[in-house]
Amino acid sequence: MASHARELTPAVRVRHLHRSFNEAGGVLNGLDLDIAPGEFVALLGRSGSGKSTLLRALAGLDRGVSGTGRIEVPEKVSVVFQDSRLLPWKRLLDNVVLGLRADDAAARGSVALAEVGLAGRERAWPHELSGGEQQRASLARSLVRDPQLLLADEPFGALDALTRIRMHTLLRNLCEVHQPAVLLVTHDVDEAIVLADRVIVLDGGIVRHDARIDLDGRRSQADPAFARLRAQLLTELGVEDDHDAPGRPTRARLDERAAS
Amino acid sequence: MTTLTAPSRPVAAAGVEDVRPVRRRLSPGTSIRFGGLIGIALLLAAWVVGSATGLLDPRTLTEPWTVVATAVTLIESGRLQESLLTSGIRAALGLGLGVVVGAVLALISGLSRIGEVLIDGPIQVKRSIPTLALIPLLILWLGIGEPMKVITIALAVFVPIYIHTHNGLRSIEGRYAELAETLDVSRAEFIRHVVLPGAMPGFLLGLRFAVTSSLLALVVVEVINATSGIGHMITLASNYGQTDIIVVGLVVYALLGVTADSAVRLIERKALSWRRTLAS
Repeated sequence: MASHARELTPAVRVRHLHRSFNEAGGVLNGLDLDIAPGEFVALLGRSGSGKSTLLRALAGLDRGVSGTGRIEVPEKVSVVFQDSRLLPWKRLLDNVVLGLRADDAAARGSVALAEVGLAGRERAWPHELSGGEQQRASLARSLVRDPQLLLADEPFGALDALTRIRMHTLLRNLCEVHQPAVLLVTHDVDEAIVLADRVIVLDGGIVRHDARIDLDGRRSQADPAFARLRAQLLTELGVEDDHDAPGRPTRARLDERAAS
Repeated sequence: MTTLTAPSRPVAAAGVEDVRPVRRRLSPGTSIRFGGLIGIALLLAAWVVGSATGLLDPRTLTEPWTVVATAVTLIESGRLQESLLTSGIRAALGLGLGVVVGAVLALISGLSRIGEVLIDGPIQVKRSIPTLALIPLLILWLGIGEPMKVITIALAVFVPIYIHTHNGLRSIEGRYAELAETLDVSRAEFIRHVVLPGAMPGFLLGLRFAVTSSLLALVVVEVINATSGIGHMITLASNYGQTDIIVVGLVVYALLGVTADSAVRLIERKALSWRRTLAS
């Protein structure tokens, strides 16, 4: 399941990345980041820590922002936004294959829709779909392009909790099939642990914490290792009094985990 | 403690129980079928009664039956059809020209900053001058023939088309442009798949205003100086005090307006089917 870092040329290589919106200070301050091909990286950080700025920089959507540094990304990059961003005046299939230059675009679009569980909904209007279905259609729109890098900006942030769980399973299955490198921006620590091979915490415009997730099998919140990791990440994010956690992470516990 | 009150609804006829609390309705309630026609029918009835009882002087407003008889005479002589055709062609030419010019200018101005700088300012100025005030100048430039009439109508039409299409273009959300960028869509595809459909609701709203403007301009140019058309017919009748012919002319104008508006609504239903399903 967790594809371990392969000793290949990275899919994404970011060096000394600076971005700032005003004179006062930078949002990204010399950030370095490598993502291996097929690696699923979750990006956590407090509001204003530069998560979205980094994602938009990788997506090439930050024309007006001043900054320096070096970004190398693959040729085929696809973005999943928080809103599904389906064009309301296009039927589902036309939305999925928008801008896709291939003779069999329609056939590939149908296959992609079937993959996300929307088989037979090609002619539906976007507003006829539920929020979860719209987000699945937007996933299909990304995957039909066979991206080498999938950038997702809180893609499940607007969904209800139950739909979100189903979307997690779907996204993991799709990533196993298509094997894109993934950078998932999220606020949700649980989501990051459930989905990712590696979790990065951004703070002050640099990578403050970078940890591989070595939980085996089905990742369950009931697993004590899950809870420890969760508490640790919350501490990194500056959340001290987490009422959900079984207990506060102590130095001893973290050492115990490090030793195991 | 609260007490349970009796249900305010009787048991349904089939014997199936239907007990539910019912609140007093504050909204106007369900709409009346053909409700729009009732007011018109009442107004016509008042006209008939007024004329029959002599409350309405025929010199002020002819009796309805005289109007019908005059209409039949005008149709038999072919004069009404001829006038209608002339007026219809005038309005259609002016409307068509104005719509094309307005839509093209809105696209240029909406899609490029240079276009906006060059086009938007002058049109905002033009908007504040009533088109009908330009007629004296247009007569000097173009004479009193058909070109002057068509151009006047086009000038009245292109402003609402431009304003609403431009507004529709500008209100297309930036996030759709951003999406198109991430999908590597070409500029032509972007215009075809995002810009044009996105601006369509604005354009069609403009079209409805444009139809009304075109008829207004039509009436004015025909009444001022024309040797043919419905307006000419009305002007002549006015000189001879023939209120029956005037009323026939007004009815024809009304029919033109209603027909044109229904046509635009039909186009709207077809072109915006992605929205209609939302409304229904």
